[in-house]
Amino acid sequence: MLKSFSKGLVVGVALMGAGLAQAEVKQINGAGATFPYPVYSQWADAYHKATGVEFNYQAIGSGGGIKQIKAKTVDFGASDAPLKAEELEKHGLMQFPMIMGGVVPVVNIKGLHVGHLRLDGELLADIFMGKIKHWDDARIKAMNPGLELPHRAITVVHRSDGSGTTFIFTNYLTKVSKSWADKVGNNKSVDWPAGVGGKGNQGVANYVNRINGSIGYVEYAYALQNKMNYVRLKNRDGEYVSPTAENFQAAAAGADWRHAPGYYMVLTDQPGAKSWPITGASFILVYKQAEKPAVTKAVLKFFDWSYHHGQAMAEKLDYVPMPEKVVKMVEATWAADIKGSDGAAVWTSSDAE
Amino acid sequence: MQNERPAGVVANAHPQRWGDRLFQWTTLFFALFVLGVLAAILLTLAWSAWPAFEHFGWHFLVSSEWNPVTLKFGALSPMVGTLVTSLIAMLFGIPISFGIALFITEMAPDWLKRPVGTAIELLAAIPSIIYGMWGLFVFAPYFTDHIQPLMTDTLGVLPLIGPMFQGPPIGISVFSAGFILAIMVIPFIAAIMRDVFEIVPRTLKESAYAMGSTRWEVIWRVVLPYTKVGVIGGIMLGLGRALGETMAVTFVIGNAHDLHLSLFMPGNTISSTLANEFTEADGKLYTSSLIALGFLLFVITVIVLSFARLLLMRLERTQGGRKA
Repeated sequence: MLKSFSKGLVVGVALMGAGLAQAEVKQINGAGATFPYPVYSQWADAYHKATGVEFNYQAIGSGGGIKQIKAKTVDFGASDAPLKAEELEKHGLMQFPMIMGGVVPVVNIKGLHVGHLRLDGELLADIFMGKIKHWDDARIKAMNPGLELPHRAITVVHRSDGSGTTFIFTNYLTKVSKSWADKVGNNKSVDWPAGVGGKGNQGVANYVNRINGSIGYVEYAYALQNKMNYVRLKNRDGEYVSPTAENFQAAAAGADWRHAPGYYMVLTDQPGAKSWPITGASFILVYKQAEKPAVTKAVLKFFDWSYHHGQAMAEKLDYVPMPEKVVKMVEATWAADIKGSDGAAVWTSSDAE
Repeated sequence: MQNERPAGVVANAHPQRWGDRLFQWTTLFFALFVLGVLAAILLTLAWSAWPAFEHFGWHFLVSSEWNPVTLKFGALSPMVGTLVTSLIAMLFGIPISFGIALFITEMAPDWLKRPVGTAIELLAAIPSIIYGMWGLFVFAPYFTDHIQPLMTDTLGVLPLIGPMFQGPPIGISVFSAGFILAIMVIPFIAAIMRDVFEIVPRTLKESAYAMGSTRWEVIWRVVLPYTKVGVIGGIMLGLGRALGETMAVTFVIGNAHDLHLSLFMPGNTISSTLANEFTEADGKLYTSSLIALGFLLFVITVIVLSFARLLLMRLERTQGGRKA
């Protein structure tokens, strides 16, 4: 009895000692983009099991993430829309790409098989501008010879809330359609010329599933989960491609991160025969001048761990992990740019996994 | 009067008066506190909305443009959407609530009174998002396939109001939002109407019946005039809820910043716009424009409710005149 008691005491004291010896940061708080939320929460779970550090992530949207990090209410922010280098500089922030994925146009046309409808960027832009009103329009028919298309009105479904997904989608349309660039433009939310708006990826998925003759755009994971009918798109090389992890990877492969100041890079309309044209990266934002170096270091340690141990989890959820050379670049940037209040680097190359 | 009181009571009068005073001050404080909070909210809203009003001027109230890319904002579309959906809610809600309340108080057999009454109260307790989901998944598809074509074929061909009932059959529209709102406000209005109908003295009704009045005459000439203030109070409560309702509307209205003549087109309301865009709005002017919308909702609510009050006062005065 006494023996087991003293044993318990010894174990308890040992545990306490171990707790004190470890880094004092037990919890990291972040907020932002909804798109990477599934993979971040998987990583957080695995990381918690491996290290005991808790990783809280509030998926409040990219705009919210940028706002929260600027207000310093979180340890890091997350956004699907990268900030321009000037803006990063203005707020003393640095950003790095964490994960990549694709945005997918989805349709609901009764009787049409998954992946059978083919569109190109210009046609997609004209549909979303409300210029093409019916599915049996001559231009759609010309692109889809042999496909039975009904004379049904097209209902455009877009996001009603500001979102990184919308940023990536409108970025693509701005690149491929001059009239879209002139009249609507590229942002997290825009003045939609036509259609109805659903809140969040799920809201858009709901509306598209509900309305016969509709077209919308969602993150790839939502298209998969909701078993939605996606569209094949003509990419820059003139090939019709399907949204698959492999094709997102192809779009990401050629990206020249080295010459992107502040890692500002939107992976839409990339060259390559297999490239899915609406691919994007999701970013993490931290302060260059860390007010609490220990916390910032814990944040970087988590993302470093995820870069190296999280690929399989990401791929399982149909995301594209960052390539090894980009990870090396990002970690070099951490070492060079992120300083504590004493001017000492928060991250050193010896911290890497 | 005091002279007639026993001596003992006079001696105790002072502390009692102090107690009364204290109580009066406390209640006065709470009453003024509410006014203070109201003023503080209004001031904060106005303060944060000022950049938008200053930048756009009167244009903000008459423009329906809402473009986060070019930073041009106007409140017309959400303002009209708020008023139109509430109006539709009232058009459906008031007569139905009236019928329910009358049935429960005047006509229902005793064994049915309680279950119907409880059901109404339960309806009021359902969270609004559930109504929104029901609207999107159950009502909208049914409405699209069965009711909207019928309305377009009958009402849509009428002169003048015809265009209001034409549009693509998608079931996500200003009309759907108004209808869902109607269902949401019915329990509020019906419950209050039932409560006030129940306080009509039995003798009053019985005397009317004794004079040979029909049931309808008793309701129309006795019950309604007696309970008018309460009935309008219930309607105002429902109207207040309809003006501010957010989640249910967001689900079924389509959230498009457009003004259409047709009720079957997607639109938005002030609260649905705020719910959609507030978390993601960046930049001073965008945020300020959203707060300006909040300010306008406040003003609209105050105007609408004061107008209802005014109407009530007029009603009371004319009735008083007739009596005299």
